[in-house]
Amino acid sequence: MSDLREELKYKIIEQLNLEDISVDEIENNDELFGDEIGLDSIDALELIVLLEKDYGIKLSDPKKGKEVFYSVETLATFIENNR
Amino acid sequence: MKNKYFITDFVKFSKQLKTADVDAIQTELKEEYKALAVQYPKFHKMDLLSKLGFIATELLQKKVNFPSDTALIFQNNASSLVTDIQHQKSIQEKDAYFPSPSIFVYTLPNIVMGEIAIRHQLQSENTFFISENFQADLIKNYTQSLLDTKKASASISGWIDLNTEGYNVFLAFISEKGTLPFTTENLQHKFTA
Amino acid sequence: MDEVFITDDQIISPLGFSSEENVKNLRNEVSGIQEISDPDLAPFSFFGAKINRENVAEEFNAIGPLSKYTYLEQLMILAIDKLLKKNTETDFSNTLLVVSTTKGNIDLLKSLGDFPEKRVKLYELARAIQHFFQFKNEPLVVSNACVSGALAVGVAKKMLQQKKYKNAIVVAGDLLSEFVLSGFNSFQALDDKICKPYSKNRNGINLGEAAAAVLIKKQSTKKNAIKILGEASVNDANHISGPSRTGEGLVKSVEKALLEAKISSEKIDFISAHGTATLFNDEMEAIAFHRLGLSRKPLHSLKAYYGHTLGASALLETIITKHSLTQNELYKSLGFSENGVSKALNIIENPKKQDLQIALKTASGFGGCNYAIIFEKKSV
Repeated sequence: MSDLREELKYKIIEQLNLEDISVDEIENNDELFGDEIGLDSIDALELIVLLEKDYGIKLSDPKKGKEVFYSVETLATFIENNR
Repeated sequence: MKNKYFITDFVKFSKQLKTADVDAIQTELKEEYKALAVQYPKFHKMDLLSKLGFIATELLQKKVNFPSDTALIFQNNASSLVTDIQHQKSIQEKDAYFPSPSIFVYTLPNIVMGEIAIRHQLQSENTFFISENFQADLIKNYTQSLLDTKKASASISGWIDLNTEGYNVFLAFISEKGTLPFTTENLQHKFTA
Repeated sequence: MDEVFITDDQIISPLGFSSEENVKNLRNEVSGIQEISDPDLAPFSFFGAKINRENVAEEFNAIGPLSKYTYLEQLMILAIDKLLKKNTETDFSNTLLVVSTTKGNIDLLKSLGDFPEKRVKLYELARAIQHFFQFKNEPLVVSNACVSGALAVGVAKKMLQQKKYKNAIVVAGDLLSEFVLSGFNSFQALDDKICKPYSKNRNGINLGEAAAAVLIKKQSTKKNAIKILGEASVNDANHISGPSRTGEGLVKSVEKALLEAKISSEKIDFISAHGTATLFNDEMEAIAFHRLGLSRKPLHSLKAYYGHTLGASALLETIITKHSLTQNELYKSLGFSENGVSKALNIIENPKKQDLQIALKTASGFGGCNYAIIFEKKSV
């Protein structure tokens, strides 16, 4: 179960080109769009693509992105509940 | 009328590979970035054209200061073609149709000017021209017009071209300071030399 | 500085193959946007504005060999051809061609057909047009996102004021392509109905295609000409895809254009705004116009008629602005219902006749660019 969280951290770094951040530096509950990780609006859109491409989940309401992409934890829970 | 503008300083660098190798260019620009010793994580998110512009203006800023109304007047041959090809690949196959927003946003040549404007906080005139070869007369005349009408007090003007086999960058800082007069001939000469 | 005028114009769009036909359709509140299901354009159905290809082929066939020109080139050539047929006295030796496009022949990336690979380059598109008409001077290409069409007018003005040329033809065009549709869809930016600029229930843009051309001259003998009073572009320096929350770049570009025009903002009779109908763009514009003291000026967006035609849009909208000024007529901002921006604007809800002298055209785009240009009707 924690594998998914590790996998997501890896994918987020890879997909969003976060060169200066390593997997160990992201805590499950870190705010992805807060100061620590510092994602922006284009990253949020990219995460929607990641969900669909790698997990086959279509985020039907993009406005939900804010809760779903809050942290690695919320994202992982969302995937577990929807796949 | 006496010409009161000068080519204050400029940066120029280029690379020509034997074959198309976007990854090699990517790796090299990353090294260039490291050599600059600046902290700007957004660099890694940029497309190659923006990375070139970022590096060029970092180098230029080591030599001159940009006033906040410094215009950006750029020109190139290939527009954003390298990134265009990348986006096209993501939609070419119907069963692997996953266009990426972070690639798509760079499929415009002027995004590099936006990145530079953000980095150096330049709320200023931007124009991106496309032509087969560097048109020194156009860049000179257009820049001069902006300076003469006080729409900008300085300008970063020049050529920033990228294709899959290499790149060619020449950006000159034009202002009232300097010794080399801002003329078409001098601009062309610095580009070619 | 020499005075510079837009003396004549042509539009090729889903709303007609002449400026007059387009204006007639605006007057009748006709939208060119419809639901399109075409697997060659997108694996989903969408609302967009597309020109009828058969009609283009038929018209183009009468003036040139179809197989030698890409679809976008055909549209742009048609626009210029119609323009020149009304202006046969134009001397090509002192005429500059300025081409505005964001993506040009980008459809060739998918499939080249019989065209050489290099035809996807924007300067090759410009050359094809140059050769068609045998223009003497090397064309200029402006590619600056969604402000390109109006910025190209400003480029032409500056080049004419530098004395080398007497006339300029500015042509602008972009296609409704799979390339662009897929990108804006990945941005979650497409409305699933006809777009609703400035409305509470707005939900994104529609894409469209068009070509437009104008003739720009230093002297004007034409009755329906408009004078370019001032223009400026200012970057937000804030974000590459999202507009500034404070409208900073747009405010500054309008202020600089007013400065060059030597007029105060009260003199502006109406605004042809960008109005893409995305949440952030329309809100940004409302804030900017409020800061400029322009909130009460009649304003429209034409995006619900044409969709967003990218590099063509700001020229297309400039042409409609010219017709507004010369006909003393405000065209309705189609798609608007309940106000949905934080600083209320004076949206034109019904077409009306009104004495008009000076208009402001604005545009904003990816890369944080903003552009403002001010026109005055030539006194007759």
